[in-house]
Amino acid sequence: MSRAGWTGAFVSQVRLDLRVAFRRWGQMLNPLMFFLMVTTLFPLAVSPELSLLRDISPGVLWVAALLSSLLALNVLFHSDVDDGSMELLVLSPQPLALLLLAKTAAHWLISGLPLVAISPLAAVGLNMPYDALGALMLSLLLGTPILSLIGAIGTALTVGLRRGGALLSLLVLPLAMPVLIFGARATDMALTSIDPRGALYLLAAMLMLALTLAPFAMAAAIRISLD
Amino acid sequence: MWKFFHQFASPPHFYRLAGNIYPWFGWAALIVIVASSYGGLVWAPPDYQQGDGFRIIYVHVPSAWMSMFIYVYMAISAGIGLIWRIKLAHAMAAASAPLGASFTFLALVTGSIWGKPMWGTWWVWDARLTSELILLFLYLGYMALRSSIEDTNRADRASAVLALVGVVNVPIIHYSVEWWHTLHQGPTVTKFAAPSITVEMLLPMLTMMLGFTLYFFALLLMSVRGEVLQRERHSKWINEYV
Repeated sequence: MSRAGWTGAFVSQVRLDLRVAFRRWGQMLNPLMFFLMVTTLFPLAVSPELSLLRDISPGVLWVAALLSSLLALNVLFHSDVDDGSMELLVLSPQPLALLLLAKTAAHWLISGLPLVAISPLAAVGLNMPYDALGALMLSLLLGTPILSLIGAIGTALTVGLRRGGALLSLLVLPLAMPVLIFGARATDMALTSIDPRGALYLLAAMLMLALTLAPFAMAAAIRISLD
Repeated sequence: MWKFFHQFASPPHFYRLAGNIYPWFGWAALIVIVASSYGGLVWAPPDYQQGDGFRIIYVHVPSAWMSMFIYVYMAISAGIGLIWRIKLAHAMAAASAPLGASFTFLALVTGSIWGKPMWGTWWVWDARLTSELILLFLYLGYMALRSSIEDTNRADRASAVLALVGVVNVPIIHYSVEWWHTLHQGPTVTKFAAPSITVEMLLPMLTMMLGFTLYFFALLLMSVRGEVLQRERHSKWINEYV
C-alpha cells in the first residue's frame, strides 16, 4: 500500500464522516450546549461572587470540557457498528488504525473544535480576564484531541455492550486525569500571570503520545468488540 | 524451554502444580510477615517526631508497593495472554485485579488513618494519595469492564487492552499528579522530608514488602485455581479433581 493511498483513505474517511455529521447537525450541538450549561451551574451552586468565579474558572471550564467530550463519545463509533459499516472498515485493505484515527479526527473536528471556539464565551461569563483566554483556548486545542483519542479507545472497548454508557466514563475518566491537570494548570498559570508554556508543552507531548499509540489500541479494541 | 511453557500453561498441569506450590508461598509469607511484624513493632525504635504512630508504615508502604506491583504484573500477564493467546495468563490477570484493588484500598485506608494524627485530617490531596486513588479507579474500571462482558474470551482480550493502555498511563498519571502538587500554592505537606530512615526502621519494612509479595502469590495461585476450575468446567479432566 503506497503512502498516497493511506493519505487518500484518511482524507476520504474524514470527509465521509463530516458529511454524515453535518446531515445530523442537531446532534453536534448537544455536547456544546451541555458545556455551556455545566459552566452555568457553578455560579448558581457555588456563589455569584466574581472574584471567586475568576479563581475557579480554569477548573470549571476544564471539567466541563472533559464531561462534554465524554458525552460526545456517544456518537463516535456506535452508529457504524450498528449499521455494519464498521465491519467493512475492519475488512478493508487499509490499516484499521488509520481509518479509526480518521474517524476520531472527524469526531474532534465536529465536537472538540467548536468547543474550543465557544470556550471564551463561557470563560468571560465566569469573569476570566482576557489575558488568560489565549492560554485557555490553546490548552483546550491541545487537550481536547487527547480526550477524543482516549475516549475513542474506551468507546471501542464498550461499543457492543448494553450498559456501555456508565462503564465508559469509569474507564475513560481516570485515564483523562493528566490532561485535566495540565490543561487546568496551564489556564490557571496564565490567570495568575505565570508563564504557562511548561504545562502547554507537556500537553503537546501527551498529544503526540496519544496520536501515535491510541490508534493501535482502538484498532485492537474494535477487532475484539466485533468478534 | 517452549515445551516447559506449553506444559505450564496447560490448565490441568497448572491446577496440580499450583495446588502443590501455594502452601509453600503461604507458609513463607506467614513466617516472614510475623518476623517483620516483630521487627517493626518491637525491634525498630520509635520515631523521634511521630513516636509510635509511624509504625503503620509497616502496613502502608508494603500495600502501596503491592498496589503498583500487581498492576504491572496484571498488565504483563494480560499482554502475554493477548500476544501468545495463553488462556492461563488471562486467568492470572483476572485473578490479580481484585487482589490489587484490595491492596490499593488498604494503602489508602492506612494512609488516611496515619494522616489523621499526623496531619490533623483524614485526607489531604497529597500527590501520592491522589495517584493511589486514581490507581484504585483504574482497577475498578478494569474489573467493571471484565464483569460487563459475558463471553469469557472477549472479556479477557478487551480487559487486556485496557490493562495495557492503563500501564502506559500509570507513570504519566503518577508524574502529572506529582507535578500538579508541587505547582499548587497553599499549605504543602512536607513531613515526608523527614531525615533518612535508620536501618532498624528500614529493614522490617523491606522484609514486610517481601512478606506481602509472598502472600500475594499464595492468594493469586489459590484464586487462579478457582478461575481455572470455572473456565474449564466443561472439560473432562476436571472430573478427576471435583
